[in-house]
Amino acid sequence: MIEFHLNDRSGLSPYQQVVRQVRHALRLGLLEQGDRLPTVKDVARQLAINPNTVLKAYRELEHDGLVAARPGVGTFVTRTLADGTLAAHGPLRQDLRRWLTKARLAGLDEESIEALFMNTLRNEAGEDVA
Amino acid sequence: MIWLTWRQFRTQAAVMFAVVAGFAVLLAVTGPQLADLYESGGSSLVDQLSSTDQTLYYTGLTVVFAVPAVIGMFWGAPLISRELETGTHRLVWNQSITRTRWFAAKLGVGALAAMTASGLVSLAVTWWSGPIDRAVDNGGGTETYLARLDPLAFAARGIVPVGYAAFAFVLGVTLGLVIHRTLPAMATTLAVYTAVQVAVPLWVRSHLAASSRTTVPIGSGTPIGIREEGREIAVPLEQPGAWLTSEQTLNAAGRPSSPPASFADCLQPASGPPSMERIDRCVADLGERGYQQQLTYHPAGNFWPLQWAETGLYLGLALALAGFCAWWLRRRLT
Amino acid sequence: MSAVLRAQALGKKYKQRWALRDCDLDIPAGRVVGLVGPNGAGKSTLLNLASGLLTPTAGTIEVCGGRPAAGVDQLAKVGFVAQDTPTYASLSVADHLDLGRHLNPTWDDALARDRIRRLGLDPKQRAGKLSGGQRAQLALTLGIAKRPQLLILDEPVAALDPLARREFMQDLMEAVAEHEMSVVLSSHLVSDVERACDYVIVLVDSRVQVTGDIEDLVASHHRLTGPRRDPDTLPTGLHILSASHTERQTTLLVRTDTAVHDPGWTVSPLGLEDIILAHMTRPADAVRDSRPALEVLR
Repeated sequence: MIEFHLNDRSGLSPYQQVVRQVRHALRLGLLEQGDRLPTVKDVARQLAINPNTVLKAYRELEHDGLVAARPGVGTFVTRTLADGTLAAHGPLRQDLRRWLTKARLAGLDEESIEALFMNTLRNEAGEDVA
Repeated sequence: MIWLTWRQFRTQAAVMFAVVAGFAVLLAVTGPQLADLYESGGSSLVDQLSSTDQTLYYTGLTVVFAVPAVIGMFWGAPLISRELETGTHRLVWNQSITRTRWFAAKLGVGALAAMTASGLVSLAVTWWSGPIDRAVDNGGGTETYLARLDPLAFAARGIVPVGYAAFAFVLGVTLGLVIHRTLPAMATTLAVYTAVQVAVPLWVRSHLAASSRTTVPIGSGTPIGIREEGREIAVPLEQPGAWLTSEQTLNAAGRPSSPPASFADCLQPASGPPSMERIDRCVADLGERGYQQQLTYHPAGNFWPLQWAETGLYLGLALALAGFCAWWLRRRLT
Repeated sequence: MSAVLRAQALGKKYKQRWALRDCDLDIPAGRVVGLVGPNGAGKSTLLNLASGLLTPTAGTIEVCGGRPAAGVDQLAKVGFVAQDTPTYASLSVADHLDLGRHLNPTWDDALARDRIRRLGLDPKQRAGKLSGGQRAQLALTLGIAKRPQLLILDEPVAALDPLARREFMQDLMEAVAEHEMSVVLSSHLVSDVERACDYVIVLVDSRVQVTGDIEDLVASHHRLTGPRRDPDTLPTGLHILSASHTERQTTLLVRTDTAVHDPGWTVSPLGLEDIILAHMTRPADAVRDSRPALEVLR
């Protein structure tokens, strides 16, 4: 069973962190189909967070089709994220390496690369929402 | 709520009732012998009492006096002030019980216990002193023992201590509620209670029942006290067990008046203190001029009417204070 | 959903000083509400008004559909854990549970005993001998076992060490998960509120500065950084909470319900703590419209 941790400095709300940690575990194969997630009460107690937050996170995961709640029994994993995209990781990493080399040649240091990447990622995400 | 009240109160109650019970046992052991003495000797009892009996007699007075004061200080004053001081009122006022009921339970249980403790100790002392009181009321002349109507003995007999205890308790509660702090509330309770206990016999008690009046002629041989160099005289009341509340000299027309200036002049010889004969002559002369002494007093038979009236007075005061507390709790402590 | 706490123009005055004024609140049921603000801002006053320990000087307050402490039924609906968690020092832990059982018709004795057992408290221990954390837990037990619709806690963890603080919040959150009650808790520390609450009321200088769902607040507040420019050229719909300038750069904390598209600004999210601090330092007269007050802002 998965155990959640909260990082107060992550800049993410507790609800986002719970969602992210489940997705992460699914991606890495730590959670498999049929596994039960801890109960809302247990998570609320363990993290000392609002149970509504946990509920909200679970509902989002359910909405994404990753888990299913069975009333009175618990919340179970219905799909893992490990299979589909894993195959695409290799080529993407190749592309990224090539891009990084180009960036270094252009004179960017580690910090500049990170700032550029994060900024682009964030703006991209912002435009998606808008 | 009764449960909580009792749980918070039981230690103090146990201490008080243990003391009361101990004292009652002491009186129960020594009491029957007094009754026997009165049986056989009547009023001469007062001359046959040992110094131990005398000590017990005055200890009894002291204990009956002390119990209501102690109750007011140690039961009444901390009752609410301790809750306010430690903040526990915020705990208990948020249980499913209204403030008024909470207060009524605390006050009711406390007042009942206070009246019981004081009533029991008074009952024991009244019973123990009964033979002595009867002997004094029946003319057993004595300086050591008091008539039941004497202000000192009256407060330690019969049912008035019940009223005192109720009043002292509620007074303590009230002061604790208003002052908020336990120790100052205890000190103030003692001060106010003592003041009331002094004021009532001085200015109130004599008006609580119809008093009697008698007019005593003044003449040669009348036992007379002369004060203020003859501007005031006093005549003793020849009634055992009565309580003399005031006296007044009347002139020949029956109007209140001081003795005439001539009486004072008569008592002032040219040199030295007046002789006994001279005083006797002056007094006889005063009588011949028609002067009389009017005495206002409560006869021994007024004991119970006065007891009931004074108990009622104190219970009334206690009720008024309780009402004030209930109002204060609802309106002022918000 | 019905309101668990509703206040209209609520005010409380002590002698000459207003401890709370012009307070309008409408808090939906089922929330864990954090009441934050500096010491002396009026947090305790508001909570004591909600519990009925105080009566308002002005306006009205309604809790769970009734006037606070109006009667036994109303008292049974609201649990209150007072500041410094007072308990009877001379009574034992078990006595406190008996107290709760005798004084509350809705008392859940099994729940109370189970909690005491899990906390590892000795029922025979006198409350006066308990540690601060244990006393707070005992007070919380009394509040929870009453099975209220609304549980109010006044600075419950302020006096506790970090471990006891965490344990207390864990227990509280577990109870919320189990019993579906609304909670209002006050704190002068945002971090206490950040995890546990989903709704926040910020009280500064006896007035409500901001109130609302935490998710909504976080979604609508942004930090804008960009080259220095006159704030008057900003698009409409932005409420500026604070503005700071250097020679070349302008940083703004803004509240807006629409996305900021101006490419001249770098938009970054604000944490709850930043948002609350921004509202706390905002002068009271800038509450309604922040534009004209910009000059006086830092």
